[in-house]
Amino acid sequence: MPIRFPTPSLLRLRKPSGESGKERLDVDNIDRRGLIRGAASIGALGLLTGCDVSENDGVQKFLRTVSAWNDGVQETIFRPTHLAPTFSPSQVVKPPRFNAYYDIEDVKPVDGATWKLELVGRIGNKQPWTAQQIYQLPQQEIIIRHICVEGWDYIGQWSGPNLRDFLQRVGADLTAKYVYFVCADNYTESIDMACALHPQTILATKYAGDIITDPFGFPLRLRTSTKLGYKNAKWIKAIEVTNDFRETFWSKQGFNWFAGI
Amino acid sequence: MRNSSMSPPSVPAYASAARLHPLPLRIMHWINAAAIFIMIGSGWKIYNDDVIFGFLHFPDWLVIGKWAQYGLQWHFFGMWIFVLNGLAYLAYGIASGRFRRKLFPISIGEVFATVGDALRFRLRHDDLTHYNAVQKILYLGVMLVGVLIVISGLALWKPIQFSALAGLFGSFQTIRLVHFLCMSAIVAFIMVHVALALLVPQSLVAMLTGGPVVDDGKPRAAPAGPEVEATQ
Repeated sequence: MPIRFPTPSLLRLRKPSGESGKERLDVDNIDRRGLIRGAASIGALGLLTGCDVSENDGVQKFLRTVSAWNDGVQETIFRPTHLAPTFSPSQVVKPPRFNAYYDIEDVKPVDGATWKLELVGRIGNKQPWTAQQIYQLPQQEIIIRHICVEGWDYIGQWSGPNLRDFLQRVGADLTAKYVYFVCADNYTESIDMACALHPQTILATKYAGDIITDPFGFPLRLRTSTKLGYKNAKWIKAIEVTNDFRETFWSKQGFNWFAGI
Repeated sequence: MRNSSMSPPSVPAYASAARLHPLPLRIMHWINAAAIFIMIGSGWKIYNDDVIFGFLHFPDWLVIGKWAQYGLQWHFFGMWIFVLNGLAYLAYGIASGRFRRKLFPISIGEVFATVGDALRFRLRHDDLTHYNAVQKILYLGVMLVGVLIVISGLALWKPIQFSALAGLFGSFQTIRLVHFLCMSAIVAFIMVHVALALLVPQSLVAMLTGGPVVDDGKPRAAPAGPEVEATQ
C-alpha cells in the first residue's frame, strides 16, 4: 500500500491529490487544457527559448504527481528485512563526506551539554533524552554505502542505537506511517515506518568508533542503508511519530520524497 | 483477387495491405523518440551534478531541467515511457516476426560487402524494405544497449533492493559508468540514424506514412472468395 495514495492507480496521474496544501493551491488555478498545452509545448519551448518549462505550474504539478506515484512504487518494491551489503573497516572513508544545504564552514555546532532530543507525536514516553543517556543505550554498528542523489558514494562506519529498538523503548506507535525529524539547522526529513523499522536504520552517535564531529551531525543523526543521503537527517533535535504526511526540506523543492535505494 | 482496375488505386486497395512500417510500429517509434529525448536531456542534467569525467560537463542549454530536481523529475517520469514502450516494441517485434524477417540472418560476408560499398559510396537505398547487414547489426545492437541501459538504470535506482543485480556490476560508480556508456552508444546511434534518415528522406517519410506496401511473408487471405462463401 503506497503511503500517499490509498490505492496505486495510474488514474491518479490525472487527478492530482495528496500533496501539501501549499502546492495544491497553486495548481487549483490551472485548468486541464492548460496542463495539456503545457505538456505539448515542452519540446518546442525548451528548444527554442532555452527557458525551463519544468517551472511551468502545470508541468511542475504533473512531474510532482509522477514523483508521488513513484513513492508508491518504491514502497511496493521495498523489502523490509533485506539487508544492504556491508563492508570491512578497512574500506571506510575517513572523515565522511560532508553534505548539507550549505557549506561546511557555515555549520553551526550543537552544544552537546545542553542538547536534548525531544519526542513528539504518537509516542508513549515523551521524556527528552540527553546525549549521555543515548550513549548508554545498546549500540549497533553498520558499515554501509552512502549514496548521494548527485551520484557520489562512499563507505561509512556508523554506530548508535537501533531506531526500531529506540522507538519500542519509548513506546512509539509502530503502526504509524511516518517518523519525522526536525534538525538544529531547520532541516526537516521524514521516512516511512517500514524504513524506520529496517534492521539497518540507526540513530548514529559515532563514526568509525569516535563521537561524530560537528560537520557530520553531532550529537545525533540518522543513518539508514535503504535511503539516499539526504534522507539521513543530521543534528536531530526532535523526533515525531505521526500519520500525517508533511513535505520535507528537499521534497518541498521537488526532490523525490521516498528516495529509496 | 487483384481488382485494381476496378477501384481507385488509393485507400481501399491498400487499406488492409501490410506496410513496411505498420501503424503500431510507427507509433512506438515516435513515442520512443520522445522518451529518449527526455531521458538523455535529463540524464545529462543529473550527470552534471557529479561528473564522471572532469573534462565533460554538459552545457546548460543542452540539458533538460534548470535545477537538479527538475532533471530528476523528468528522468523518473521518462523512464516509465521508455520502459513500457520498449517492452511493447520488443513484444511486437518478436510476436509479429518482424525482427526475424528484417534483422536475420546476418552473414559476415554481407557485413564486409556492405562496409565496402559504403566506403566506395555505392550503398544502395532504393529498396527501403531490405536492411543491409550493417543496418541489421546496428538495429540489433542498439536494442541490446537499450536493454542494458534499463538494467543498469534499475541497479542505479535501487542498488539495495536489487543488490544482487547491482553486485553484478561491482561498485556503484561502475553502474554509473555502464549507464553513461550505454547513453553514449545510443547518442552515437542516433547521430548516424538521423543523418542517414535525412540523407535518404523517403526513409523518414516511410516512418511517418508507413512506406511502401510489402509482402510481410504471411499467407495471403485474398484468394478465398468461393471457399469462404461455401463455408458460410
